[in-house]
Amino acid sequence: MPQLDPSWFPPQLIWLAISFALLYLLMTRLALPRIGEVLETRQRRIDDNLDRAAEIKQEADRAIAAYEKALAEARAEAHAIMREAGARLAAEAQRRQAELSARLASEAKEAEARVGDAKAAALGEIRGVAAEVARAAAVRLAGIEPDAQTLVRAVEAVMKGRA
Amino acid sequence: MANPLEQFRIKPIVELPIGSVDASFTNSSLFMLLAVVLIALFLTLSMRGRALVPGRWQSMAELAYEFVANMVRENVGSEGRRYFPFIFSLFMFILFGNLLGLVPFGFTFTSHIIVTFGLAITVFTGVTLVALVRHGFKFFTYFFPSGAPVAMAPLLVPIEILSYCSRPVTLAIRLFANMMAGHTMLKIFAGFTVGLGAITYGIGGIGPVAVNVALTAFEFLVAVLQAYVFTVLTCLYLHDAIHLH
Repeated sequence: MPQLDPSWFPPQLIWLAISFALLYLLMTRLALPRIGEVLETRQRRIDDNLDRAAEIKQEADRAIAAYEKALAEARAEAHAIMREAGARLAAEAQRRQAELSARLASEAKEAEARVGDAKAAALGEIRGVAAEVARAAAVRLAGIEPDAQTLVRAVEAVMKGRA
Repeated sequence: MANPLEQFRIKPIVELPIGSVDASFTNSSLFMLLAVVLIALFLTLSMRGRALVPGRWQSMAELAYEFVANMVRENVGSEGRRYFPFIFSLFMFILFGNLLGLVPFGFTFTSHIIVTFGLAITVFTGVTLVALVRHGFKFFTYFFPSGAPVAMAPLLVPIEILSYCSRPVTLAIRLFANMMAGHTMLKIFAGFTVGLGAITYGIGGIGPVAVNVALTAFEFLVAVLQAYVFTVLTCLYLHDAIHLH
Protein backbone atom coordinates (compact mmCIF):
# COMPACT_ATOMS: atom_id res chain seq x y z
CA MET A 1 0.00 0.00 0.00
CA PRO A 2 1.74 3.23 -1.16
CA GLN A 3 -0.04 5.17 1.58
CA LEU A 4 2.00 3.48 4.27
CA ASP A 5 5.40 4.36 2.83
CA PRO A 6 6.82 6.77 5.46
CA SER A 7 9.31 8.29 3.03
CA TRP A 8 6.44 10.20 1.43
CA PHE A 9 5.04 11.50 4.72
CA PRO A 10 7.16 14.69 5.03
CA PRO A 11 6.51 16.07 1.52
CA GLN A 12 2.78 15.38 1.82
CA LEU A 13 2.54 17.03 5.22
CA ILE A 14 4.56 20.03 4.06
CA TRP A 15 2.44 20.55 0.98
CA LEU A 16 -0.74 19.93 2.94
CA ALA A 17 0.29 22.69 5.34
CA ILE A 18 1.16 25.03 2.46
CA SER A 19 -2.05 24.34 0.51
CA PHE A 20 -4.34 24.50 3.50
CA ALA A 21 -2.75 27.70 4.82
CA LEU A 22 -3.08 29.22 1.35
CA LEU A 23 -6.72 28.11 1.14
CA TYR A 24 -7.47 29.52 4.61
CA LEU A 25 -5.90 32.85 3.64
CA LEU A 26 -7.82 33.00 0.35
CA MET A 27 -11.06 32.16 2.12
CA THR A 28 -10.72 34.65 4.98
CA ARG A 29 -9.33 37.50 2.86
CA LEU A 30 -11.12 37.06 -0.41
CA ALA A 31 -14.00 34.65 -0.79
CA LEU A 32 -15.90 34.62 2.49
CA PRO A 33 -16.15 38.39 3.08
CA ARG A 34 -17.50 38.81 -0.42
CA ILE A 35 -20.16 36.11 -0.08
CA GLY A 36 -21.04 37.30 3.41
CA GLU A 37 -21.39 40.85 2.17
CA VAL A 38 -23.68 39.81 -0.68
CA LEU A 39 -25.85 37.70 1.63
CA GLU A 40 -26.02 40.50 4.18
CA THR A 41 -26.95 43.07 1.56
CA ARG A 42 -29.70 40.80 0.33
CA GLN A 43 -30.98 40.17 3.85
CA ARG A 44 -30.96 43.91 4.56
CA ARG A 45 -32.79 44.58 1.32
CA ILE A 46 -35.41 41.95 2.16
CA ASP A 47 -35.84 43.34 5.67
CA ASP A 48 -36.13 46.88 4.30
CA ASN A 49 -38.75 45.77 1.82
CA LEU A 50 -40.67 43.93 4.51
CA ASP A 51 -40.55 47.01 6.72
CA ARG A 52 -41.77 49.17 3.88
CA ALA A 53 -44.53 46.70 3.11
CA ALA A 54 -45.64 46.76 6.75
CA GLU A 55 -45.59 50.58 6.70
CA ILE A 56 -47.65 50.71 3.52
CA LYS A 57 -50.09 48.20 4.94
CA GLN A 58 -50.48 50.37 8.03
CA GLU A 59 -51.11 53.36 5.84
CA ALA A 60 -53.71 51.40 3.89
CA ASP A 61 -55.35 50.35 7.15
CA ARG A 62 -55.46 53.96 8.26
CA ALA A 63 -56.98 54.98 4.92
CA ILE A 64 -59.60 52.26 5.22
CA ALA A 65 -60.45 53.36 8.75
CA ALA A 66 -60.79 56.98 7.61
CA TYR A 67 -62.99 55.91 4.72
CA GLU A 68 -65.19 53.83 6.98
CA LYS A 69 -65.51 56.71 9.39
CA ALA A 70 -66.41 59.16 6.61
CA LEU A 71 -68.94 56.69 5.27
CA ALA A 72 -70.56 56.26 8.68
CA GLU A 73 -70.66 60.02 9.19
CA ALA A 74 -72.21 60.60 5.79
CA ARG A 75 -74.78 57.92 6.48
CA ALA A 76 -75.66 59.43 9.85
CA GLU A 77 -75.92 62.89 8.28
CA ALA A 78 -78.18 61.58 5.55
CA HIS A 79 -80.38 59.96 8.17
CA ALA A 80 -80.59 63.20 10.13
CA ILE A 81 -81.47 65.19 7.02
CA MET A 82 -84.13 62.68 6.08
CA ARG A 83 -85.59 62.69 9.57
CA GLU A 84 -85.64 66.48 9.68
CA ALA A 85 -87.26 66.75 6.26
CA GLY A 86 -89.87 64.21 7.25
CA ALA A 87 -90.68 66.12 10.42
CA ARG A 88 -90.88 69.43 8.55
CA LEU A 89 -93.17 68.00 5.90
CA ALA A 90 -95.41 66.42 8.52
CA ALA A 91 -95.66 69.72 10.46
CA GLU A 92 -96.42 71.61 7.26
CA ALA A 93 -99.13 69.13 6.29
CA GLN A 94 -100.64 69.34 9.74
CA ARG A 95 -100.62 73.12 9.67
CA ARG A 96 -102.25 73.23 6.27
CA GLN A 97 -104.86 70.74 7.30
CA ALA A 98 -105.68 72.75 10.43
CA GLU A 99 -105.91 75.95 8.39
CA LEU A 100 -108.15 74.26 5.85
CA SER A 101 -110.47 72.79 8.43
CA ALA A 102 -110.69 76.16 10.24
CA ARG A 103 -111.58 77.89 6.99
CA LEU A 104 -114.14 75.27 6.15
CA ALA A 105 -115.65 75.56 9.61
CA SER A 106 -115.93 79.36 9.40
CA GLU A 107 -117.41 79.17 5.91
CA ALA A 108 -119.95 76.65 7.09
CA LYS A 109 -120.88 78.90 10.02
CA GLU A 110 -121.25 81.88 7.73
CA ALA A 111 -123.43 79.92 5.37
CA GLU A 112 -125.57 78.74 8.26
CA ALA A 113 -126.01 82.33 9.45
CA ARG A 114 -126.99 83.39 5.96
CA VAL A 115 -129.53 80.56 5.77
CA GLY A 116 -130.94 81.58 9.22
CA ASP A 117 -131.26 85.22 8.11
CA ALA A 118 -133.00 84.22 4.90
CA LYS A 119 -135.29 81.96 6.84
CA ALA A 120 -136.20 84.72 9.33
CA ALA A 121 -136.79 87.19 6.50
CA ALA A 122 -138.94 84.69 4.70
CA LEU A 123 -140.92 84.00 7.85
CA GLY A 124 -141.45 87.75 8.46
CA GLU A 125 -142.67 88.22 4.92
CA ILE A 126 -145.00 85.26 5.31
CA ARG A 127 -146.61 86.93 8.31
CA GLY A 128 -147.34 90.09 6.34
CA VAL A 129 -148.72 88.17 3.40
CA ALA A 130 -150.82 85.96 5.73
CA ALA A 131 -152.24 89.05 7.53
CA GLU A 132 -153.07 90.67 4.23
CA VAL A 133 -154.67 87.46 2.98
CA ALA A 134 -156.61 87.17 6.26
CA ARG A 135 -157.82 90.82 6.04
CA ALA A 136 -158.89 90.39 2.45
CA ALA A 137 -160.66 87.15 3.38
CA ALA A 138 -162.38 88.85 6.32
CA VAL A 139 -163.50 91.83 4.18
CA ARG A 140 -164.90 89.62 1.44
CA LEU A 141 -166.46 86.90 3.59
CA ALA A 142 -167.49 88.69 6.76
CA GLY A 143 -167.51 92.26 5.51
CA ILE A 144 -165.66 93.42 8.50
CA GLU A 145 -162.50 95.37 8.52
CA PRO A 146 -160.21 93.89 11.24
CA ASP A 147 -157.50 96.17 12.47
CA ALA A 148 -153.85 95.35 11.96
CA GLN A 149 -153.32 94.36 15.59
CA THR A 150 -155.99 91.67 15.55
CA LEU A 151 -154.68 90.32 12.25
CA VAL A 152 -151.16 89.93 13.51
CA ARG A 153 -152.34 88.20 16.65
CA ALA A 154 -154.51 85.81 14.67
CA VAL A 155 -151.63 84.92 12.30
CA GLU A 156 -149.28 84.44 15.22
CA ALA A 157 -151.77 82.11 16.91
CA VAL A 158 -152.19 80.03 13.79
CA MET A 159 -148.51 79.79 13.16
CA LYS A 160 -147.86 78.79 16.73
CA GLY A 161 -150.48 76.08 16.45
CA ARG A 162 -148.85 74.82 13.23
CA ALA A 163 -145.43 74.93 14.45
CA MET B 1 -4.18 -6.34 -15.00
CA ALA B 2 -2.70 -3.28 -13.30
CA ASN B 3 -2.37 -3.29 -9.54
CA PRO B 4 -5.49 -1.55 -8.13
CA LEU B 5 -3.29 0.18 -5.57
CA GLU B 6 -1.08 1.65 -8.29
CA GLN B 7 -3.34 4.73 -8.43
CA PHE B 8 -2.28 5.73 -4.92
CA ARG B 9 1.41 5.86 -5.78
CA ILE B 10 3.11 9.17 -5.11
CA LYS B 11 5.06 10.41 -8.13
CA PRO B 12 7.50 13.24 -7.53
CA ILE B 13 7.28 16.03 -10.05
CA VAL B 14 10.03 18.26 -8.65
CA GLU B 15 12.57 16.85 -6.22
CA LEU B 16 12.94 19.44 -3.48
CA PRO B 17 15.13 18.49 -0.55
CA ILE B 18 15.23 21.16 2.13
CA GLY B 19 18.17 20.26 4.34
CA SER B 20 17.58 16.69 5.36
CA VAL B 21 13.81 16.99 4.85
CA ASP B 22 12.22 15.91 1.59
CA ALA B 23 9.73 18.56 0.44
CA SER B 24 9.32 17.27 -3.10
CA PHE B 25 6.47 18.60 -5.16
CA THR B 26 4.50 15.47 -6.07
CA ASN B 27 1.27 14.55 -7.82
CA SER B 28 -0.36 14.74 -4.38
CA SER B 29 0.92 18.30 -3.87
CA LEU B 30 -0.23 19.19 -7.37
CA PHE B 31 -3.81 18.12 -6.63
CA MET B 32 -3.84 19.87 -3.27
CA LEU B 33 -2.84 23.13 -4.94
CA LEU B 34 -5.28 22.42 -7.78
CA ALA B 35 -8.07 22.02 -5.23
CA VAL B 36 -7.11 25.33 -3.58
CA VAL B 37 -7.00 27.14 -6.93
CA LEU B 38 -10.33 25.64 -8.05
CA ILE B 39 -12.04 26.51 -4.77
CA ALA B 40 -10.75 30.08 -4.92
CA LEU B 41 -11.75 30.46 -8.58
CA PHE B 42 -15.17 28.94 -7.97
CA LEU B 43 -15.94 31.21 -5.03
CA THR B 44 -14.54 34.43 -6.50
CA LEU B 45 -15.61 34.13 -10.13
CA SER B 46 -19.13 33.09 -9.19
CA MET B 47 -19.50 36.07 -6.85
CA ARG B 48 -18.03 38.54 -9.35
CA GLY B 49 -21.45 39.95 -10.20
CA ARG B 50 -22.52 40.32 -6.54
CA ALA B 51 -26.03 40.00 -7.90
CA LEU B 52 -28.96 40.59 -5.62
CA VAL B 53 -30.74 37.78 -7.39
CA PRO B 54 -28.04 35.13 -7.85
CA GLY B 55 -27.37 33.21 -11.04
CA ARG B 56 -26.48 29.53 -11.17
CA TRP B 57 -22.84 29.79 -10.13
CA GLN B 58 -23.48 32.39 -7.49
CA SER B 59 -26.27 30.20 -6.10
CA MET B 60 -23.86 27.31 -5.74
CA ALA B 61 -21.28 29.45 -3.95
CA GLU B 62 -23.93 30.86 -1.63
CA LEU B 63 -25.31 27.37 -1.08
CA ALA B 64 -21.89 26.13 0.02
CA TYR B 65 -21.46 29.14 2.33
CA GLU B 66 -24.87 28.80 3.92
CA PHE B 67 -24.59 25.03 4.19
CA VAL B 68 -21.44 25.31 6.29
CA ALA B 69 -22.71 28.39 8.14
CA ASN B 70 -25.86 26.52 9.17
CA MET B 71 -23.82 23.49 10.16
CA VAL B 72 -21.64 25.65 12.41
CA ARG B 73 -24.64 27.51 13.85
CA GLU B 74 -26.58 24.35 14.61
CA ASN B 75 -23.72 22.25 15.96
CA VAL B 76 -21.49 24.81 17.65
CA GLY B 77 -23.81 27.71 18.39
CA SER B 78 -23.25 31.42 18.07
CA GLU B 79 -19.71 31.18 19.53
CA GLY B 80 -18.81 29.10 16.46
CA ARG B 81 -18.87 32.11 14.13
CA ARG B 82 -15.19 32.82 14.83
CA TYR B 83 -14.21 29.36 13.61
CA PHE B 84 -16.45 29.44 10.53
CA PRO B 85 -13.64 30.35 8.06
CA PHE B 86 -11.55 27.40 9.24
CA ILE B 87 -14.46 24.95 9.08
CA PHE B 88 -15.48 26.27 5.68
CA SER B 89 -11.94 25.86 4.35
CA LEU B 90 -11.80 22.35 5.79
CA PHE B 91 -15.09 21.35 4.18
CA MET B 92 -14.20 22.77 0.77
CA PHE B 93 -10.69 21.29 0.84
CA ILE B 94 -11.91 17.78 1.60
CA LEU B 95 -14.88 18.07 -0.76
CA PHE B 96 -12.73 19.22 -3.69
CA GLY B 97 -10.05 16.66 -2.84
CA ASN B 98 -12.63 13.88 -2.92
CA LEU B 99 -14.27 15.14 -6.12
CA LEU B 100 -10.98 15.74 -7.96
CA GLY B 101 -10.15 12.11 -7.28
CA LEU B 102 -13.16 11.09 -9.33
CA VAL B 103 -11.87 12.90 -12.41
CA PRO B 104 -10.20 10.33 -14.68
CA PHE B 105 -6.41 10.26 -14.23
CA GLY B 106 -6.88 12.41 -11.16
CA PHE B 107 -5.18 11.81 -7.85
CA THR B 108 -7.11 11.54 -4.59
CA PHE B 109 -5.01 13.14 -1.86
CA THR B 110 -7.73 12.32 0.69
CA SER B 111 -7.02 8.63 0.13
CA HIS B 112 -3.67 9.09 1.87
CA ILE B 113 -3.74 8.40 5.59
CA ILE B 114 -1.00 10.93 6.27
CA VAL B 115 -3.04 13.72 4.64
CA THR B 116 -6.27 12.88 6.46
CA PHE B 117 -4.31 12.43 9.67
CA GLY B 118 -2.65 15.79 9.14
CA LEU B 119 -6.06 17.41 8.84
CA ALA B 120 -7.47 15.44 11.79
CA ILE B 121 -4.55 16.25 14.08
CA THR B 122 -4.86 19.93 13.15
CA VAL B 123 -8.54 19.83 14.13
CA PHE B 124 -7.74 17.92 17.32
CA THR B 125 -4.96 20.27 18.37
CA GLY B 126 -7.01 23.34 17.52
CA VAL B 127 -10.06 22.11 19.40
CA THR B 128 -8.03 21.15 22.46
CA LEU B 129 -6.33 24.58 22.44
CA VAL B 130 -9.70 26.31 22.19
CA ALA B 131 -10.94 24.30 25.17
CA LEU B 132 -7.80 25.03 27.24
CA VAL B 133 -7.87 28.74 26.47
CA ARG B 134 -11.57 29.01 27.25
CA HIS B 135 -11.74 26.88 30.37
CA GLY B 136 -8.18 26.59 31.67
CA PHE B 137 -7.83 23.72 34.12
CA LYS B 138 -11.59 23.30 34.26
CA PHE B 139 -11.16 21.64 30.86
CA PHE B 140 -9.93 18.48 32.59
CA THR B 141 -13.33 18.01 34.26
CA TYR B 142 -14.39 17.06 30.75
CA PHE B 143 -12.86 13.63 31.37
CA PHE B 144 -15.12 12.99 34.34
CA PRO B 145 -18.82 13.24 33.46
CA SER B 146 -20.58 15.33 36.09
CA GLY B 147 -23.06 13.39 38.20
CA ALA B 148 -21.20 10.09 37.96
CA PRO B 149 -20.27 8.48 41.30
CA VAL B 150 -16.72 9.33 42.36
CA ALA B 151 -15.96 5.63 42.88
CA MET B 152 -16.28 5.19 39.13
CA ALA B 153 -13.50 7.69 38.43
CA PRO B 154 -10.66 5.14 38.03
CA LEU B 155 -12.70 3.48 35.31
CA LEU B 156 -14.38 6.48 33.69
CA VAL B 157 -11.43 8.84 33.43
CA PRO B 158 -9.17 6.50 31.39
CA ILE B 159 -12.08 5.62 29.11
CA GLU B 160 -12.89 9.28 28.52
CA ILE B 161 -9.25 10.15 27.88
CA LEU B 162 -8.88 7.23 25.50
CA SER B 163 -12.03 8.15 23.61
CA TYR B 164 -10.90 11.78 23.44
CA CYS B 165 -7.47 10.85 22.11
CA SER B 166 -8.88 8.41 19.57
CA ARG B 167 -10.80 11.24 17.90
CA PRO B 168 -8.07 12.26 15.43
CA VAL B 169 -7.39 8.61 14.60
CA THR B 170 -11.03 7.75 13.84
CA LEU B 171 -11.49 11.04 12.00
CA ALA B 172 -8.44 10.32 9.81
CA ILE B 173 -9.14 6.65 9.21
CA ARG B 174 -12.82 7.16 8.36
CA LEU B 175 -12.05 9.53 5.49
CA PHE B 176 -8.94 7.70 4.29
CA ALA B 177 -10.59 4.24 4.35
CA ASN B 178 -13.72 5.44 2.58
CA MET B 179 -11.80 7.10 -0.21
CA MET B 180 -9.30 4.31 -0.64
CA ALA B 181 -11.89 1.52 -0.60
CA GLY B 182 -14.06 3.28 -3.17
CA HIS B 183 -11.21 3.98 -5.55
CA THR B 184 -9.80 0.46 -5.18
CA MET B 185 -13.22 -1.02 -6.00
CA LEU B 186 -13.49 1.18 -9.10
CA LYS B 187 -10.07 0.04 -10.26
CA ILE B 188 -10.80 -3.64 -9.57
CA PHE B 189 -13.99 -3.58 -11.61
CA ALA B 190 -12.19 -1.65 -14.35
CA GLY B 191 -9.63 -4.49 -14.33
CA PHE B 192 -12.44 -7.06 -14.61
CA THR B 193 -13.84 -5.20 -17.58
CA VAL B 194 -10.56 -5.49 -19.45
CA GLY B 195 -9.87 -9.05 -18.32
CA LEU B 196 -13.30 -10.50 -19.03
CA GLY B 197 -13.74 -8.45 -22.20
CA ALA B 198 -10.47 -9.74 -23.62
CA ILE B 199 -11.50 -13.40 -23.38
CA THR B 200 -15.20 -13.02 -24.41
CA TYR B 201 -14.91 -10.64 -27.38
CA GLY B 202 -16.03 -7.73 -25.21
CA ILE B 203 -19.37 -9.19 -24.05
CA GLY B 204 -18.11 -10.13 -20.61
CA GLY B 205 -17.06 -6.55 -20.03
CA ILE B 206 -20.61 -5.24 -19.95
CA GLY B 207 -21.34 -6.45 -16.42
CA PRO B 208 -18.32 -4.87 -14.71
CA VAL B 209 -18.82 -1.61 -16.63
CA ALA B 210 -22.42 -1.46 -15.34
CA VAL B 211 -21.14 -2.07 -11.82
CA ASN B 212 -18.55 0.67 -12.31
CA VAL B 213 -21.19 3.15 -13.46
CA ALA B 214 -23.20 2.46 -10.30
CA LEU B 215 -20.05 2.62 -8.18
CA THR B 216 -19.05 5.95 -9.70
CA ALA B 217 -22.42 7.44 -8.76
CA PHE B 218 -22.02 5.96 -5.30
CA GLU B 219 -18.51 7.43 -5.03
CA PHE B 220 -19.87 10.91 -5.74
CA LEU B 221 -22.26 10.41 -2.84
CA VAL B 222 -19.41 9.17 -0.62
CA ALA B 223 -17.19 12.11 -1.67
CA VAL B 224 -19.77 14.65 -0.51
CA LEU B 225 -20.90 12.63 2.49
CA GLN B 226 -17.41 12.08 3.88
CA ALA B 227 -16.55 15.76 3.52
CA TYR B 228 -19.77 16.49 5.44
CA VAL B 229 -19.04 13.86 8.12
CA PHE B 230 -15.51 15.15 8.69
CA THR B 231 -16.77 18.72 9.01
CA VAL B 232 -19.76 17.91 11.18
CA LEU B 233 -17.59 15.93 13.60
CA THR B 234 -15.18 18.86 13.74
CA CYS B 235 -18.16 21.04 14.65
CA LEU B 236 -19.24 18.64 17.40
CA TYR B 237 -15.73 18.52 18.86
CA LEU B 238 -15.64 22.29 18.78
CA HIS B 239 -19.00 22.38 20.55
CA ASP B 240 -17.60 20.12 23.27
CA ALA B 241 -14.55 22.35 23.58
CA ILE B 242 -16.67 25.49 23.96
CA HIS B 243 -19.42 24.11 26.20
CA LEU B 244 -17.68 21.15 27.95
CA HIS B 245 -20.64 18.77 27.52
